[in-house]
Amino acid sequence: MKKHEEIGKPRRRIEGALKVSGQAKYAAEYQVPDLLYGYIVNATITKGRITHIDETAARTVGGVVDIFHHDHRSDLPKFDMLYKEMDAPPGSAFRPLYDAEVKSNGQPIALVVAETFEAARYAASLLEISYAEEAFDVDLKENLHQAKKPSKGLATLIKPLPPGPRGDFESAYASADARFEGEFLHGSQHHNPLELFATTTVYEGEGKLTIYDKTQGTTNSQVYVSNLFGLRFKDVRVIAPFVGGGFGSGLRPQYQLVLCVMAALELKRNVRVVMDRKQMFTFGHRPETVQRTRFGATADGELTAINHVALAETSRFEDYNEVVVNHANMLYPAGNVTLEYKLVPLDRFTPLDMRAPGGSTGMLAIETTMDQLADQLGIDPLEFRLRNYAERDVSSDKPFSSKELRECYRQGAEQFGWSERKPTSEQGRRGNRLVGHGMSSGMWDVIALPGTATAEFTADGKLIVRSAVTDNGQGTYTVMSQIAAHELGLPLEAVTFEYGDSKLPLSPIQGGSYTTGVIGSAVKASCRALKNELFKLAQIMDGYPLGNALPEDAVFTDGAIVLKEAPHTKIRLTDIIAFNKGKAVTASKSNIPNVFKLKQYTRASHSASFVEVEVDEQLGIINVTRAVTVVAAGRIMNPQTARSQILGGMVWGISMALREETLLDPRLGKYINTSLGEYHLPVHADIHDLEVIFVEEHDTIINELGAKGIGEIGMISMAPAIVNAVYNATGKLVKVFPIKVGDLL
Amino acid sequence: MNNFDYLRAGTIKEAVRGIATQPANQFIAGGTNLIDLWKYDLTHPARLIDLNGLDELKTITELPDGGLRLGALVSNNATAYHPIVEERYPLLSRTILAGATAQIRNSATNGGNLLQRTRCYYFYDVASPCNKRVPGSGCPAIEGQNRLHAILGESAQCIATHPSDMAVALAALEAVVQVTGPEGQRSIPIADFHRLPGNTPERDNTLAADELITSIDLPATGYAAHHSYLKLRDRNSYAFALVSVATGLELEDGKITRARIAVGGVAHKPWRKPAAEDALIDKEPSPEAFGAAADILLAGATGYGHNDFKIELARRAIIRNGAMALDPSCQRPGAQPSL
Repeated sequence: MKKHEEIGKPRRRIEGALKVSGQAKYAAEYQVPDLLYGYIVNATITKGRITHIDETAARTVGGVVDIFHHDHRSDLPKFDMLYKEMDAPPGSAFRPLYDAEVKSNGQPIALVVAETFEAARYAASLLEISYAEEAFDVDLKENLHQAKKPSKGLATLIKPLPPGPRGDFESAYASADARFEGEFLHGSQHHNPLELFATTTVYEGEGKLTIYDKTQGTTNSQVYVSNLFGLRFKDVRVIAPFVGGGFGSGLRPQYQLVLCVMAALELKRNVRVVMDRKQMFTFGHRPETVQRTRFGATADGELTAINHVALAETSRFEDYNEVVVNHANMLYPAGNVTLEYKLVPLDRFTPLDMRAPGGSTGMLAIETTMDQLADQLGIDPLEFRLRNYAERDVSSDKPFSSKELRECYRQGAEQFGWSERKPTSEQGRRGNRLVGHGMSSGMWDVIALPGTATAEFTADGKLIVRSAVTDNGQGTYTVMSQIAAHELGLPLEAVTFEYGDSKLPLSPIQGGSYTTGVIGSAVKASCRALKNELFKLAQIMDGYPLGNALPEDAVFTDGAIVLKEAPHTKIRLTDIIAFNKGKAVTASKSNIPNVFKLKQYTRASHSASFVEVEVDEQLGIINVTRAVTVVAAGRIMNPQTARSQILGGMVWGISMALREETLLDPRLGKYINTSLGEYHLPVHADIHDLEVIFVEEHDTIINELGAKGIGEIGMISMAPAIVNAVYNATGKLVKVFPIKVGDLL
Repeated sequence: MNNFDYLRAGTIKEAVRGIATQPANQFIAGGTNLIDLWKYDLTHPARLIDLNGLDELKTITELPDGGLRLGALVSNNATAYHPIVEERYPLLSRTILAGATAQIRNSATNGGNLLQRTRCYYFYDVASPCNKRVPGSGCPAIEGQNRLHAILGESAQCIATHPSDMAVALAALEAVVQVTGPEGQRSIPIADFHRLPGNTPERDNTLAADELITSIDLPATGYAAHHSYLKLRDRNSYAFALVSVATGLELEDGKITRARIAVGGVAHKPWRKPAAEDALIDKEPSPEAFGAAADILLAGATGYGHNDFKIELARRAIIRNGAMALDPSCQRPGAQPSL
């Protein structure tokens, strides 16, 4: 008896051919009749009030239909509550076009709507806007004394604030044999997914809307728009089957959605609004963060003292928080620990989760500090980590639900050839280039949330699974289809996954690496419930073919129910539907996390990266020549898409260490390198030999599937491994990231 | 991006006449920079004079003096991959291929390459002051984000750099820019084509508003045996030079008999000093010799904070590129440092 073992099978993205042949439609590509085009106008001051908007010149442009701004807009609610959505941090969310106040440079202040995109854009350039400017402050380093504790809210439940102190840090640090103290800084980074934020709103009449939106949560956009414009949930449908990258930028509905829907409702027309690349730098971003570490260890390499402080930017109106400092003591069981995480409110837009938010920031300081201590002690960096390996999470005094980090170290070191690493004092070289090896650990907390899916088996032998969840490009569509096929014992081709649509069963926003665990478990649960329904029907079919068999006596395979003890007894699923008078059988199931059980464990994925760099000795040019990342993230659903996702994470790590930074001009109060020409993401020529290894974990605690998720973990250990490799090559520690040409001269 | 008129020029004369009728008229060839500037609301052409019908500017032809004429409308890629350019002017070929992307180089033309505007962040932000864009409005780069900016030849009004790679090689090769205006044709040596900002940073070059580049002429000497272009930038491709160096050498009995060194990314124009090159004559190529040349070439260099590193980096790049020039065959693609 052959069962379709779909889980764990390498599969291409089902929709891959549509994407590479241009047939996959994104939010700005839906052709609908009589479409109007909106072009967004952004504030050119950093703080103050709009005193006047002169529309005279703009209105003369042929084709202009209307111009929306704070003096000419839909009724919008007064209460903060109605602006909250699934990813809103504590505070008062930004309200597009609400009033004359300007809170950050580039804030949207008007929407010009015209019969053509070109007319809207031209007219937008002719709007004359007068402001009363006020003094502003956007400089993090100049305002560290203003740091305050983050407000608590839903966001701090999912992304917990650091635990209180343990032991006596100051005296342990003072008496440590080896000490390292460092201050680290990285600037803001903007997500810049390839697809620009865009919304196409189809006005269906009488307050009914179909909205094609770039979002990481169709339900989130639906609820947000309904609340803002006083529409009924059932009258607002948000569709996003293809998302051209999100990386967190689509976790909150962006302002083009509000402006587009406003224009559609006011003009009772179909409207499209697309941001341009410059506008992609006007909302959430990874926050600029200053970190200070002080770690102390004994002469034989026992880490005894950890102090990790992070001071991050936030806006004046919301307290965006992320987990930056919690991981050091989860990775290394030192007994004397103080952790601190504070926010500095500035006149910038609220930051927003960006791939591996907090984790990638914190690990950069933690793992660089670890290498500096190892270097002082004359202990190999990997050996130093092994001597401080946490078998248990001492920071919360809990066991790990599963943890194969030791095996990640082992396999990574072997594959990379770590034993050939030379101490920093004995520089390796190739011609003019210094060669350095570095490694780092990585860690990402597994988040559990509720989610729902339905499963339906139809008369023609198809399994249809449904959830509102999106697929940002990483392979959710394919993996959910595999999970369903696996559960029902069907070939992948027999499964259709309907997703990316707010009319489908509720899903949380797609982020935090939790989608496979949350929605995948709901898919599995709904398929199991469907099997029960089918089994029950089969039990009462003519001739009672199942006899007294119980569900556990049967397997679903090859489109049939087969009894384990009597494999010749095959009841075809299509026959069951025929017996059901041709009516499809449906089951719906929610995945509700067992919080009581989960709370007893620390649940995290782990990784280890091993990196080789070459540094030109005279010119200081750095190349990451090869890297191995080993990931332990529970069960891997699809090794092919999983590998791609980790490769993407590794590239992000290279970017964080060596490329990416949004430059701020504190005197002008704005970001200044706002194009992909000057905001440097890595190019192909920057990427060399990357290798991915998975160490499977069998975790029965985290969720039904045992899947921890892999969206963030591939990135986290890369950047610190690169910084450590550069140190190994040159003996120079750079603590302001990204490391740039000129820093090593 | 404003509404505009369009004229497809059939002859050079028609193009030059068309541009003269209104100051806001502009030529368009590849459009790789113009369209960006237009979308960013930095330029507002009343009429586009499309040059793409001028077939006589689309050829590469040998000149009687042994030089080579590069038509202004030949694409950057077609120039870089032209067999004569590859054989006799490999420095130019390598330099062009170190710039932009294949797609951009397929569209960008030789004439347009010389006329691209600076990549200064503030110049590109219509809401920021910029003396180059709006004379008299100020220069935020001097005390702001100036990583890309000039260390040589700058003024109190402007510290922008010229972004072209190609122009750096042309400076080393001592090319001559041929232009046609209402009064007829004239020749501008490349050293005089781009200018320093002084008190009129709005002017990038010495081309009159009603003149059209028709060709770039290369002299016979191409340094095919000993040359190198080294480009240092914030990523390995698709980024403008922080510092770049084009070096051409002629050697006899192990001694330098002729040297040309032009540095990009450091000034409002490719930076060359004949005195630095003369200092290499009769010397054996060595880090010391190139270092001494670099000291002359970079004398008076000033950093503005974020670009301080360029002074030392340029010196080291000149030295390295001297060594790389001795053995062009070892050079890595994309103007990466080799050796």
